[in-house]
Amino acid sequence: MYIKQSNHSAPALSRRDFLKTSSAIGGGLVIGFFIPGTTRFANAEQAPVAPSAPNAFLHITPDNKVTVQINRLEFGQGVHTSLTMIIADELDADWSQMNAQLAPAGDAYKDPLFGIQMTGGSGSINHSFTQYREIGARARAMLIAAAADRWNVAPEQCHTAKGMVLGPNGHKATYGELADAAMAQPIPQKIALKNPKDFRIIGKPMPRLDSRDKANGKQQFGMDFALPGMKIAVIAHPPVFGGKVAKYDAAKTLDIKGVAGVFQIPTDRGGSGVAIIADGFWPAKQGRDALVINWDTAGVEKVTSADQLAQYQALARQTGTVARDADISALATAPKKIVAEYSFPYLAHTPMETLNCVIDLQQDHCTLWVGSQFQTFDRAAVAATAGLKPEQVTLNTLMAGGGFGRRAVPTSDYLVEAVHVAKAYRASGKSGAVKVIWSREDDIRGGYYRPSHVHRAEIGLDDKGQILAWNHVIVGQSITQGTPFESVMMKNGVDNTMIEGMGDPYEIPLKLSAHTVKANVPVLWWRSVGSTHTAFVMETLIDEAATLAGVDPVVYRQKLMGPKSQRHQAALKMAVEKSGYGTRKLPKGHAFGVAVHESFKSVVAYVVEASLEKGVPKLHKVTAGVHCNLAVNPLTIEAQVQGAILMGLGTTLPGAAITLKDGVVEQHNFSDYTVARMPDMPRVEVHIIPSSDPPTGMGEPGLPPLAPAFANAIAKLTGKRLRSLPFNLESA
Amino acid sequence: MLTLNINGQDKQFDIDPSTPILWALRDNLHLTGTKFGCGAALCGACTVHINGQAVRSCVTPISAAVGQRITTIEAMDEDRIGKALQSAWVRHDVPQCGYCQSGQIMSAAALLKTNKKPSDADIDSAMSGNICRCGTYQRIREAIKDAAATLA
Repeated sequence: MYIKQSNHSAPALSRRDFLKTSSAIGGGLVIGFFIPGTTRFANAEQAPVAPSAPNAFLHITPDNKVTVQINRLEFGQGVHTSLTMIIADELDADWSQMNAQLAPAGDAYKDPLFGIQMTGGSGSINHSFTQYREIGARARAMLIAAAADRWNVAPEQCHTAKGMVLGPNGHKATYGELADAAMAQPIPQKIALKNPKDFRIIGKPMPRLDSRDKANGKQQFGMDFALPGMKIAVIAHPPVFGGKVAKYDAAKTLDIKGVAGVFQIPTDRGGSGVAIIADGFWPAKQGRDALVINWDTAGVEKVTSADQLAQYQALARQTGTVARDADISALATAPKKIVAEYSFPYLAHTPMETLNCVIDLQQDHCTLWVGSQFQTFDRAAVAATAGLKPEQVTLNTLMAGGGFGRRAVPTSDYLVEAVHVAKAYRASGKSGAVKVIWSREDDIRGGYYRPSHVHRAEIGLDDKGQILAWNHVIVGQSITQGTPFESVMMKNGVDNTMIEGMGDPYEIPLKLSAHTVKANVPVLWWRSVGSTHTAFVMETLIDEAATLAGVDPVVYRQKLMGPKSQRHQAALKMAVEKSGYGTRKLPKGHAFGVAVHESFKSVVAYVVEASLEKGVPKLHKVTAGVHCNLAVNPLTIEAQVQGAILMGLGTTLPGAAITLKDGVVEQHNFSDYTVARMPDMPRVEVHIIPSSDPPTGMGEPGLPPLAPAFANAIAKLTGKRLRSLPFNLESA
Repeated sequence: MLTLNINGQDKQFDIDPSTPILWALRDNLHLTGTKFGCGAALCGACTVHINGQAVRSCVTPISAAVGQRITTIEAMDEDRIGKALQSAWVRHDVPQCGYCQSGQIMSAAALLKTNKKPSDADIDSAMSGNICRCGTYQRIREAIKDAAATLA
């Protein structure tokens, strides 16, 4: 999701309250941080009041350890390490004393820009860079003040280095030694932050804090969390979204050793399902397989993908709700024309760790352990479903095995279902925690997909291939309509997540309209959201226009970019130069392909090298030029680009599509839903443009330009323009 | 009652013999380093060794492993190859979300047991059954080669 920065500036310093909080364990210095004010989203949790027990962000203990609370979910993107780096640098700590923990749901941990606690929109570093710097700088000033008091010198006579305060007369003390005394110091209101040239941790390639535990199996994910006596639940979901249980027979299920109960529960979208609670996953799953359920799907729409495609294609020939206007009268008389229709399927996120949630529901309290991307909404939804107040719900954030958007659900679908399971279990007279686990089939068939789309473009060009007019129509479902995000992201009836990435950075007479279709298929943001399709359309069409113009596609792009496109120009130039584009001779049958795209305020350009192996498109190498302003952790950025390339490549592969027939999803598991595997991985080189401007996000921007760059290389080899994801050479 | 040898220790199970090794490890022994990813031997997250061979524990019933030696990620630091791989994983900053990495290391260890100097093609072939959605494949390739070099 992407909210235009111009409308919502970050809160000013004066709005922030820093708080000291009595430390629960181990003494020392604890700094909390609280942002007053209301959330910007309708229907979100009630506006916060100042917490009586402020939440910590930074805890320095007398044993000289520094623990940072991470206000985000760590699910691979590296913020666990990067946010810790930001505090460590301003604190002037030694890296070896730094530790990180994921913060639970709490007002203090809300995104300073969005006003809700969430991870998304590639915003973690972008939104919390200054926040974390200020916390580190304030703690450092308090440590200096405590040392100055102890040594009876002026604070100005002291300085810090690698976790020590050093005084004028050979005095020195570790932060741990000073932590208790620092707690007695007032929190300074005004604070000077480092000049970026003095950073010694920010900007350096720092290894992840969690790589050791992730290499030895010790890292605990939500799926691994257990409580004594905890039961495992699986849910039989309706085969069509919103379908209901007509009747079911659990006799065989209840005969299975280890099955503790079978309950009908409400499921997402007004449907119902059957939950099986057992001593372990295996008896629960066996119990589900043994159930006999008659489903009632009479009252719900049953989508069939082929019919939907025809419907979308028909709509795409009509102008929709106009999101951007331009004079396109030249279309009628233009000497050259490109008419192109594109299609994109539904996509499942398929994080390696399937959805799960541990829930302990008591009479007047509910505790959850879950890898949530949306703590504020999730906590509120759990409270509403359980009949509790949000403050009666404790939501502990556990590390997650990927997400790509699936753990950021405005309806909190899987958490609400978990509450229904826990309620049914409690109502049967049982007590104790339950872990709800989704199987891979539940994950792939359970909805909340990247929406399917059709694009249609009519472009008029002059004899030299210059664009005179461009009429563009997009058809698809809105992600945000009917959610708390609608008020912010729907503008004049068009969902920004459907059109983001269209047009820019090119100066073109583009008329853009959209048809928002309703369909009984739940949709959601999927890594890089609208840019998953808009970048493909834009960058393949610009490439095609360059070919029509007889101009090199890099040169054509450079000329068409507007004056505000220095970062695009820099990223493209970097990728071109480092790849040897135009200078390096490629093996026979290989070709270069180019694309550049901005998403989430960062720009990524790719020059790829591809070929056809036995008629099948093969990606060999990707050279990336990345502009994300200050690169907080270049090692993480490289990893995010590698990962986004792999995921983008996955969208081009045969079988990377969710399709429906009569309302039923046709895919089940990794056997019929394709994701990229090791042999698909190209060699990737990442080059970052040096900058000291405030950092922009990198969780998503590496994805959008990959598929179009690959398609452009294939077009050079075959003369055929690929108009769909996944690639379909036959229909090209 | 059924006895399995896991990481050198005999463990007794009073559960359905059709239970996959994965769930006996996770739900009965609380050895959670071995992960559930697909339940159908399609993703490799659940990979363990049986007598040194990589096996998908999500589809292998405990009844099939009686009298065999089962090794999980938790015992890999006692294995020369496993330890070298874990060190290389840290040196190359391989994990992102990390959920698949236990399985990746178990598959890589099985590879290096039979192929001391694997090529890129050997690695791609041996590791193609292990899915990583985060896209750590390039660093996995580098880490396997690095581990192989340190073992040579």
